[in-house]
Amino acid sequence: MTLLLFVEQVLNGLQLGVMLFLMAAGMTLVFGIMGLINLAHGSLYMIGAYVAATVQQATGSFLVGLLVALPVAALVGMAVEMIALRRLYPRDHLDQVLATFGLILFFNELVKIVWGPQAYFMAMPDMLSGSVDIIPGIPYPAYRLAIVATGLAVAILLYLLITRTRIGMLIRAGATNREMVNALGVNVDRLYTIVFGLGAALAALAGIMAGPILALEVGMGESILILTFVVVVIGGIGSVRGAFVAALLVGIADTFGRVLLPPAIAEMTIYILMAAILVWRPQGLFPAHA
Amino acid sequence: MKRASLLAAAAFFASSIMASAQAAEPLKIGFISTLSGPGAALGIDLVDGFKLGIEHSGGTLGGRAVELITGDDQLKPDVGRQLAERMIQRDKVDLIAGVVFSNVMMAVAKPIFDSKTFMLSLNAGPSDLAGKRCSPYFFNVAWQNDQSHEAMGKHVKDKGYKRVYLMAPNYPAGKDALTGFKRYYSGGEIIGEVYTAINQPDYAAELAQLRAAKPDAVYIFYPGGMGVNFIKQYAQAGLKTEVPLFGPSFSFDETILPATGDAALGVMNTGFWSPDLPNPQNAKFVKAFTAKYSRPPSPFAAQAYDGALLLDSAISAVGGKVSDQDRFRAALRAAKFDSVRGPFAFNNNHFPIQNFYLREVIKDDTGRMTNRLVGTVFARHMDAYHDQCKMK
Repeated sequence: MTLLLFVEQVLNGLQLGVMLFLMAAGMTLVFGIMGLINLAHGSLYMIGAYVAATVQQATGSFLVGLLVALPVAALVGMAVEMIALRRLYPRDHLDQVLATFGLILFFNELVKIVWGPQAYFMAMPDMLSGSVDIIPGIPYPAYRLAIVATGLAVAILLYLLITRTRIGMLIRAGATNREMVNALGVNVDRLYTIVFGLGAALAALAGIMAGPILALEVGMGESILILTFVVVVIGGIGSVRGAFVAALLVGIADTFGRVLLPPAIAEMTIYILMAAILVWRPQGLFPAHA
Repeated sequence: MKRASLLAAAAFFASSIMASAQAAEPLKIGFISTLSGPGAALGIDLVDGFKLGIEHSGGTLGGRAVELITGDDQLKPDVGRQLAERMIQRDKVDLIAGVVFSNVMMAVAKPIFDSKTFMLSLNAGPSDLAGKRCSPYFFNVAWQNDQSHEAMGKHVKDKGYKRVYLMAPNYPAGKDALTGFKRYYSGGEIIGEVYTAINQPDYAAELAQLRAAKPDAVYIFYPGGMGVNFIKQYAQAGLKTEVPLFGPSFSFDETILPATGDAALGVMNTGFWSPDLPNPQNAKFVKAFTAKYSRPPSPFAAQAYDGALLLDSAISAVGGKVSDQDRFRAALRAAKFDSVRGPFAFNNNHFPIQNFYLREVIKDDTGRMTNRLVGTVFARHMDAYHDQCKMK
């Protein structure tokens, strides 16, 4: 592998990594704070993409699509939390898995009814449709660079939100010791709903940015869901910082695994990575719980 | 004497009433298809094409009213098998049709053949059922899985491409596809043969490797959503203008094209059918399908439509008595119907002998993405496995 190709593959790995981070950030918070395993997280990714594509087709603007789809997905997430998931917090994980699996089926059928069974098209924003010579002779799609930039920017914003704001303090406190936050008289119901909405918006952002690269199709959220779980587990449940490091790690490992190893082993790379890290640190890299 | 003739008359009467009752009883067809999940677009086209075929046969098949018992296999072999068993034992269907995916086909084959029920595959054509495990109860009205790939192997060879790069998902159909391509490609070098994880969404890493290998032609087999992803990303990486992309019609059909946008425009692909094939039956089919379902038909719809016409011809040849299995089999084997694809005959293994065409992805007058006929790659092509089938 030449140096140029190596650089290009590192970029590909980073791009996959930041997408995984957007998915994992919301999931790890929900899991860490509410103790809820939410399989339907991928459905919000799908809904974000479909809504953005529809608005984009109607208005011709990717940005408008993005700005409409984010709050829509956040509202859908909050509604799901208030209507269905709230009842599941005290139940055990098996019940949660069953119920949220049911939600996956519900959302998949809903999308099929509204948008049809055929794959749906989302165009690339014109401004970003070209390619940039990151190094002379290696054209890299501008849109993929934009994904990396957006992902890193969101990571910084999220970091500031969590470390510098009151709501961030509550989120951190909730991830570390839920009962204590409750005992201190914080409106926990509202906190949970906000966290869930935030997670939904992040998942939708990942879906919207993936839209122009991928086929929008029923069940598109499930293919990224499994990788997201791996990231959450490696990073340490409840830790956004852990999710960030783990997402980049998984992104790079998966990319180089696919390129360098025979297919049968390449498909296992990230699981081997996960197993190795869990042997070394059973709680993940940055466990939020003490 | 008088009483005897009265009795005879009564018996004659009774038997004629019973015969007409049998004719009036609808023909029960168990229809197994994939109707939910990512593969649903294909399965729905099979159902719609088949229903249109019945409609164009006068609302009956061979004069018998049809009761369609539809089941969704969810792309799961075990679910398909349960459906098949239920249709045979509980619903007592006269025959079974459909099946999109080969893994489901392999699972339903045994219970169906064991019960001596006729099975008409409208899509899946695994090599096993074309060769060693061919069955007198099995007919395939679509194609054998390898054939479209074989046709492109020949076309790429004829065009003189010397450095060919191959990509497919890492599952049996993906390996069969590239095997089929290589069976008819020669005169150059295969410089890369890459298998990716099934349902992998992003191909950036593989495309970077592909560009570095400097091929002069790329052949892919990515059906459904994987195809959309690959085709979009291939164009976005700027590769489409550098290295020509080739594929089977499954990666460039009318269920995929609405989602690829211009990324697929101009790509050459091979298949058994094209919407503009010049024959009257095809013109009638394409026009009626587009009008009825407000979308252009895919090859899946075309082969299902042919399936209905084939059944209509065979059932009317045996006067509606499909229970007379030997005559019904001979009538199916004769394939006396006007296929939308032009020449059609069954081989000894009950798979089609048919032409394979080169097609190009275009935009039609209304701006919809579809395919146009470019030429014929194979005339009356037989699959590679019919020699292994013991049927004559």
